Amino acid sequence: MTDFSRRDFLKLSAATVGALTLSGAGEFGEARAGSAPSYWWQRETATKSSYCDMCYWHCGIKAEVADGRVAKIYGDEDDPLSQGNLCPRGQAGVKQLYNPDRLKQPLINVGERGEGDYRKATWSEALDYAAEKLSKVSEKWDGPESIAWLNHCTSGSWFSHIAAAWGSPNSGGPAHSLCLGSREIASQLTFGLPVGEHMPVDWENTEFITLIGNHIGENTHNTLMRDFVGALEGGARLAVVDPRYSTPASKSDYWLPIKPGTDTALLLSWINLLVTEDRYDRSYVEKYATGLEELEKRVKDYTPEWAAEVTDLDRETIEEVGREMARYRPHAVVPPNRKASWYGNDTQRMRALFILNTLLGNYGREGGFYFSASPWIQDYSFPSMKLENTGGGCGGGGGALGEDTLPEDVRERADKKGEKFLYGSLSEPELIEAMASEDPYPIKGLVVTGNNIFHSAPKKERTKEALKNLDFYMAVDILPQEHVMWADVVLPESTYLERYDDFFIGHHKSTPFISFREPAVDPLYNTEPGWWIAKELGKRLGLGEYFPFEDFEEYLNERLGPLGLSVEEMKEKGIVKQPQLSQPYLKDYESQGQEPPFGTPSGKIELYSERLEENGFDPVPTYEGVEEPPENYFRLLYGRSPVHSFSRTQNNPWLSEIDPENEVWINSSAAEDLGLEDGEYVILENQEGKRSKSIRVKKTDRIREDCVYMVHGFGHETPGMEQQDGKGASDIELQSDYELDEISGSAGMNVNYVKIAERGGSAQ
Amino acid sequence: MTDYAMAVDLKKCVGCGACAVACKAENQVPDGVFRLTTHEEEQGTFPDVETEFRHDQCRHCDNAPCVSVCPTRSSYTAESGLVRIDYSKCIGCKACMVACPYDARFINPEGGYADKCTYCFHRVKEGKDPACVNTCPTGARIFGDLDDPNSEIRKELRDNRVSTPKEEAGTDPRFFYLNKKLEEVKARWKSR
Repeated sequence: MTDFSRRDFLKLSAATVGALTLSGAGEFGEARAGSAPSYWWQRETATKSSYCDMCYWHCGIKAEVADGRVAKIYGDEDDPLSQGNLCPRGQAGVKQLYNPDRLKQPLINVGERGEGDYRKATWSEALDYAAEKLSKVSEKWDGPESIAWLNHCTSGSWFSHIAAAWGSPNSGGPAHSLCLGSREIASQLTFGLPVGEHMPVDWENTEFITLIGNHIGENTHNTLMRDFVGALEGGARLAVVDPRYSTPASKSDYWLPIKPGTDTALLLSWINLLVTEDRYDRSYVEKYATGLEELEKRVKDYTPEWAAEVTDLDRETIEEVGREMARYRPHAVVPPNRKASWYGNDTQRMRALFILNTLLGNYGREGGFYFSASPWIQDYSFPSMKLENTGGGCGGGGGALGEDTLPEDVRERADKKGEKFLYGSLSEPELIEAMASEDPYPIKGLVVTGNNIFHSAPKKERTKEALKNLDFYMAVDILPQEHVMWADVVLPESTYLERYDDFFIGHHKSTPFISFREPAVDPLYNTEPGWWIAKELGKRLGLGEYFPFEDFEEYLNERLGPLGLSVEEMKEKGIVKQPQLSQPYLKDYESQGQEPPFGTPSGKIELYSERLEENGFDPVPTYEGVEEPPENYFRLLYGRSPVHSFSRTQNNPWLSEIDPENEVWINSSAAEDLGLEDGEYVILENQEGKRSKSIRVKKTDRIREDCVYMVHGFGHETPGMEQQDGKGASDIELQSDYELDEISGSAGMNVNYVKIAERGGSAQ
Repeated sequence: MTDYAMAVDLKKCVGCGACAVACKAENQVPDGVFRLTTHEEEQGTFPDVETEFRHDQCRHCDNAPCVSVCPTRSSYTAESGLVRIDYSKCIGCKACMVACPYDARFINPEGGYADKCTYCFHRVKEGKDPACVNTCPTGARIFGDLDDPNSEIRKELRDNRVSTPKEEAGTDPRFFYLNKKLEEVKARWKSR
């Protein structure tokens, strides 16, 4: 029966590598010794407009197409985000498109789930099969709530669209619970406004920056790199709080190598110092904030002297940095980092950070945070849906601080929001737990789009149990990632360079803009865009009315119409900026006689949160220490490589050649004590005995002795991903525990500890 | 006359690697080899440590050993001041690779000839910046004509602390570091 096994998959990939190499040489370089190659720029090229999908920042790009092949991608000069510059990942989109390991046709699993025995299928066969299975799950298990939708990437929202139309509240992505949810919830609790996707820090006017676990440069978002370095170039001073000497630490005036997990203590001591020494912005706080008196009372014991003990920093440095912030205020800023889920106390830590910024008087002021404004574009007129589309994107989603308003005939969210945690959109690890335990009810169907749940979610063994417990599991992706090769139906998506997509709606400073994506080339294989896959699946589920457009240009033109634009014009323009209608600073509201835009119940910045108090949480952040590593264990910290996006790009040759495998950073003295050599391979074991693949030691003075660090996203275990070849180790293998943030539903994963289990081994 | 040169402001470089990928795409550099890479240097003992990025590529030296050593004269200094290779004359003998103190050259696995950074001469002659300069997200890379007193590179060289990599090699590189804080230390390479 099995006519397409995992071994065949390997063979197929190998054959395709050969074919591509030959055609590549023919088109781009004559393979003859002693003769000059023929370059793409010697030929006529066509320029196509798009926005990048190599990460979620979505910079505007141009693609140069020579002889029907994308030769080069570069930043669109009109794009406020990239301003014509592009990070390594964005440029390597070429190699995502021409990756020989791509999924090339729909596949249907014919063996046990997880064994990877597939047969090829046509689109209609695969879609009919998927729709039939999903309908059966819904019938058998009391409705569409029994099907979960885990999405990421641009296409993700089309699958959330199905979930919303059909009536499953179990829909969301990794961005909230595994990344920035706690930051967004904290910002909304404090200011009544989210931080939002592109972090509205007024870099160009700031004079003192304090970064806490914030790795600009290791995180390569073009806008942040440019604006951060621009601030330093303009003379801004920099303090970096990090257990590891990161890239921004190398630019800093102060490096504070803090004991991991104690950041809230440091923040509270700076709040204490500003209040006790009367260095805060009194007139700003009196005018715009509430709860100062309570704050003063509750932080009085958090002195710099106390914090020095807790954080393992010296008191003088804590005081000096605190006073420097005060000296430069309001042109002093403590930007919130993006990956905020660390220890489970994350909403309160982020609250402390926002309170500190408020005392510096910088929110809505030059040199602090500005108010961003989205461009206006008409929504497509869909029929009204059963539920709100909570999207697959990065925002809070799901009415972040509100109650979910589900119709009476829809069951509550299976991640137990309201019982286990208070606010926010879907908690991915809690949903996976529900899938495995069938508590509060059975989840028997799953659709995953562009979200490698074996690399993003903690407790991988539990994820496997959850998948085994399903009646039906479908994955939409472009590569045979680990989680894809467990699916019953695999639907291959066209890459962003082969498809139309919805607009990207963005802003930078006071410039709102709309970015357009058109196909740079026709699909190379038998793949389809995410919107088409969702529409065809939707039709088969009886939800056709929620996809009323015939083709995507029709959809885009309906949205563009009121702006007097069309798809044809967008092909010329790529980016359309809208007039600057926004009011970036508080003074703009005042000059127009308007109230400040704080969306809190009090209409002010809430230093003291009654909403938290009513729900049984501390209204002002208090310090609760985190658990210490067991004896002889290091705390495991993880982060990013500048050339990789999560676990998505390790199979991209241009990027994996630059950064082929991760390393475990161990403090030189600690490594010395263990007799470890720089560059040798080791196997790590965590507190529950879970082991990593072998990973190279980086013996370095750039990290404290009580923790180790590794870059996330390596150690793939998929035979179909030939380029990456399984190099390095996956941090997820060691993250068998997490601490749930009971306010935001985020999963803090810095609560795992490792020791060296074995020496030896090699890259694979 | 033109006198092209490149500089990298180390205060601005965050080591993102955008330059390395831009070079690959622009110049169709085959898989497995690079005309341009970056690495990081580390110095000091915890917590008094410092790091800085370094940029490994052809320096287009005035006194270029790769040119003088080339038996077929395929490596030559062009009027622009740039060190170029006439691929059709190259026999792949690797003498230039040995002579280069910067390890900037390699044999192109598709063509069999010696290859290296050209400062994207094909772009430069059209008045564009080299691809690595064009893409740099922090504006750390600067390219221009040293003969033009109003060029940005002249201004930057005038206004900043300037050094050249491996000055002791005596090759007079046409490549400068601005604001270098660390002495050259032995590079820690990742094997590829």
